[in-house]
Amino acid sequence: MSKTINLTLKVWRQAGADTPGKLETYNATNIDVEMSFLEMLDVINEEIALDDGDPIAFDNDCREGICGTCGVVVNGSPHGPQKSTTLCQLHMRKFNDGDTLIIEPWRAKAFPVIKDLVVDRSALDRISQAGGYTGVKTGQAPEAHTIAVPKADSDKAMDAAACIGCGACVAACPNASAMLYVGAKVSHLGLLPQGKLDCDRVINMVNQMDAEGFGNCTNTYECEATCPKDINVSNIARMNRTHLVEKIIQRKNS
Amino acid sequence: MSLDSKIPSGPMAQKWTKHRFDMKLVNPANKRKYKIIVVGSGLAGASASASLSELGYNVNCFCFQDSPRRAHSIAAQGGINAAKNYPNDGDSVHRLFYDTVKGGDYRSREANVHRLAEVSNSIIDQCVAQGVPFARDYSGYLDNRSFGGAQVSRTFFARGQTGQQLLIGAYNSLNKEIAKGGVKMFPRTEMLELVVIDGQARGIVVRNLITGKVESHSADAVILATGGYGNAFFLSTNAMNCNVTAAWRAHKKGAFFANPCYTQIHPTCIPVHGEYQSKLTLMSESLRNDGRVWVPKKVGDTRPPSQIPENERDYYLERRYPSFGNLVPRDVASRNAKYVCDEKRGVNGGLAVYLDFEDAIKRLGEDSIRAKYGNLFDMYQRITDTNPYQNPMQIFPAIHYTMGGLWVDYNLMSNLPGLHVIGEANFSDHGANRLGASALMQGLADGYFVIPYTIGNYLASAKLDKVDTQHSEFKKAEAEVKQRTEKLLSINGKRTVDDIHKELGKVLWNHCGMSRTEKGLTEALKKIPEIREEFWNNVKVPGSGASFNQSLERAGRVADFLEFGETMCLDALTRSESCGGHFREESQTDEGEAKRDDENFSHVAAWEFNGVDNKPTLHKEKLTFEECLPSQRSYK
Ligand SMILES: Cc1cc2nc3c(=O)[nH]c(=O)nc-3n(C[C@H](O)[C@H](O)[C@H](O)COP(=O)(O)OP(=O)(O)OC[C@H]3O[C@@H](n4cnc5c(N)ncnc54)[C@H](O)[C@@H]3O)c2cc1C
Ligand code: FES
Repeated sequence: MSKTINLTLKVWRQAGADTPGKLETYNATNIDVEMSFLEMLDVINEEIALDDGDPIAFDNDCREGICGTCGVVVNGSPHGPQKSTTLCQLHMRKFNDGDTLIIEPWRAKAFPVIKDLVVDRSALDRISQAGGYTGVKTGQAPEAHTIAVPKADSDKAMDAAACIGCGACVAACPNASAMLYVGAKVSHLGLLPQGKLDCDRVINMVNQMDAEGFGNCTNTYECEATCPKDINVSNIARMNRTHLVEKIIQRKNS
Repeated sequence: MSLDSKIPSGPMAQKWTKHRFDMKLVNPANKRKYKIIVVGSGLAGASASASLSELGYNVNCFCFQDSPRRAHSIAAQGGINAAKNYPNDGDSVHRLFYDTVKGGDYRSREANVHRLAEVSNSIIDQCVAQGVPFARDYSGYLDNRSFGGAQVSRTFFARGQTGQQLLIGAYNSLNKEIAKGGVKMFPRTEMLELVVIDGQARGIVVRNLITGKVESHSADAVILATGGYGNAFFLSTNAMNCNVTAAWRAHKKGAFFANPCYTQIHPTCIPVHGEYQSKLTLMSESLRNDGRVWVPKKVGDTRPPSQIPENERDYYLERRYPSFGNLVPRDVASRNAKYVCDEKRGVNGGLAVYLDFEDAIKRLGEDSIRAKYGNLFDMYQRITDTNPYQNPMQIFPAIHYTMGGLWVDYNLMSNLPGLHVIGEANFSDHGANRLGASALMQGLADGYFVIPYTIGNYLASAKLDKVDTQHSEFKKAEAEVKQRTEKLLSINGKRTVDDIHKELGKVLWNHCGMSRTEKGLTEALKKIPEIREEFWNNVKVPGSGASFNQSLERAGRVADFLEFGETMCLDALTRSESCGGHFREESQTDEGEAKRDDENFSHVAAWEFNGVDNKPTLHKEKLTFEECLPSQRSYK
């Protein structure tokens, strides 16, 4: 049997979008340090359920750090204290016996709470719908080797495409800005010849981002520090540059 | 009722071309008048939704995640196969076809597999054009690797995140169509009933997972792209919310379930560490290219691996399979891990074996191993807190993929007219064992390049009366959903949903897992109804039906697993041969390998539902082989 620890959890409980929420205290006792954070919440939820309570709602699916479904703020840090790690991959060995953990949902105007720790991130989908694609339809594609792509470009596109769309960048940003998310999408497509055709992509995505109520970027770089996939802030610079170029082209054409 | 697979006539290599010409077309101006429901937004569902909308159909797409981009396909690591033959190493459509039929242990339908191999190349073209950043070499051309023991390098990959990148490609296309208005997306919405009117699938009943509202949607055709049922076992490499509900509810409405006992157990997963374990994590198969699998020779040897000298280690795969060694197919690798653990030579408490990189690090250097597998090694270290550069990894087999699924004909339509099934949710292409990197290929083949054609043929030839959601069948289905919800909430027993699910999982793992016997399966068939009874009398589902309620979601899914598990075991019991991932101890060669019985079991077993406590009826679709003549698989 491995080591166990005892913790105090203060968890944000909120019945629905329109009801006020508050922190409730739970004792997490005999927590095996080999557990993942979400397994710890599973254990607490089993206890709550058997005690006739309402289990804590939290989003998760793959538990492998790739689907981007999970995510809560632990003691002020989105996805918790471990760098480059999603909440589902965080293990209890990163905490000490006697710790108090404050567990809250992503906080942003554009991410309304659905219940407890679950928020509505559909704004991110709508930004992608505004321009996050190449125009190709099924059947139109040329043979894959028609255009060679320099490995360096392809690798950089992949670095940006590794974004899991979890929204931690928004939760970490004092302005709740979604620029790292949008920047990653812009780099992913814009660095590849296949993605270069669309000349209004960035304008459209940025307009949608503003319409959703995300804030502006004031270069605090909290987003990069918290990103579980290490998406680089240089993507924001590329987004801004491309935005400018698109604006100039738009003006020329009008 | 007899099963007609509708395989087109003619030579194998021309069937699909001929069929595409023979199929009826829907006039372009009429397409928008047809509404198609797609349940699922993984590779299969997203690619189908986008492609159908591009053609002009009016598509409604549903998923239970908060965004279509989070479907379980996102977790696939290793890669996707295609017959491009870029490395010039002798691959071809025919070879990919042949390998896939052989890999499936001659239990798949040849014509479907051939079509899969034919369209594989178009998938790569399509994905590249969408901006999928596949790995490239320094010349700027696409890189390939050999995967899962294939003798040619035909696997395309995007680091260790191939599924993610392919799904984002499909998701982007889906978004393009959502923006255009061709697809209406319903995230956080779970299908709970299929609605059949006059023998045709005409819609679904769903529950809005945020508000709890039960709603009906009607359509001219329904496509299920709802993934696999590996989570019946509770512990698997699947995402937590994967389930059999959509397929099972369709089965209860008349769709046949084919080969439910064909499940794939992946040999390289991180072992179970405690009762609280919620899922198992896959370590990519590619690791076996450089890692060596071993256990101590001595029973009960508890020394740390570094203190076990070379001559006291048993590299059992290399010993038993000199020509394939550590690269034997998944089923063989898994079964052998079980054998050595059954002999009490497993490590760390008995349910693990070593996957050792020491030699590879000596040979190639740590940097080169890091370049190849760095992200996997990091993941291993994050989960287990041990450094795999210094200590061998510990691995153990886990449920990973399900080859069985709803029965479909060559057009990917089930025996229920109008109900189409694509991706992992159907049964047709992988036989009794799926080869690595071929599930992604199949999901995208079905969605991009098969269903857009075949569904047109159905819509153009079926007689479709006008129906709407006021129809009594919709009202009946809605009432069933509400009733079931109320029942689940009212039991108020003493055991949680997960607790009962774990009990079911153990029974399935012990008796319908890596190795199966008549005795064990008979016992499972006795136990499962008891667990089901316990569930319906003693489960505790807190909260209400009229709000966001994750316990209720899980309860509904486990209720279905408790019925489905029985059919799975019955199928395993009835198929008294061994084939692929289905290993019946009674049917093995002298050397302990799976022994097929082609005379009696060269068929698809398609089960028809007759009520929960009644035995389902078995329908057989005979499998005939024109091109790939069945032989005993051998990896010696
Ligand atoms: C860890 C892992 C690694 C893998 N690696 C590889 C690999 O390298 N190569 C390879 O070829 N294959 C791999 N596979 C297998 C492959 O990923 C899957 O078989 C494939 O992605 C399944 O795709 P799908 O579209 O059929 O289903 P899924 O991606 O599972 O999608 C199912 C969809 O259906 C929806 N859904 C289900 N039920 C309902 C319902 N009742 N109501 C509403 N919506 C519903 C879900 O929301 C989801 O959108 C891997 C699998 C795992 C688990
Ligand atoms: S649950 Fe998928 S990233 Fe955490």
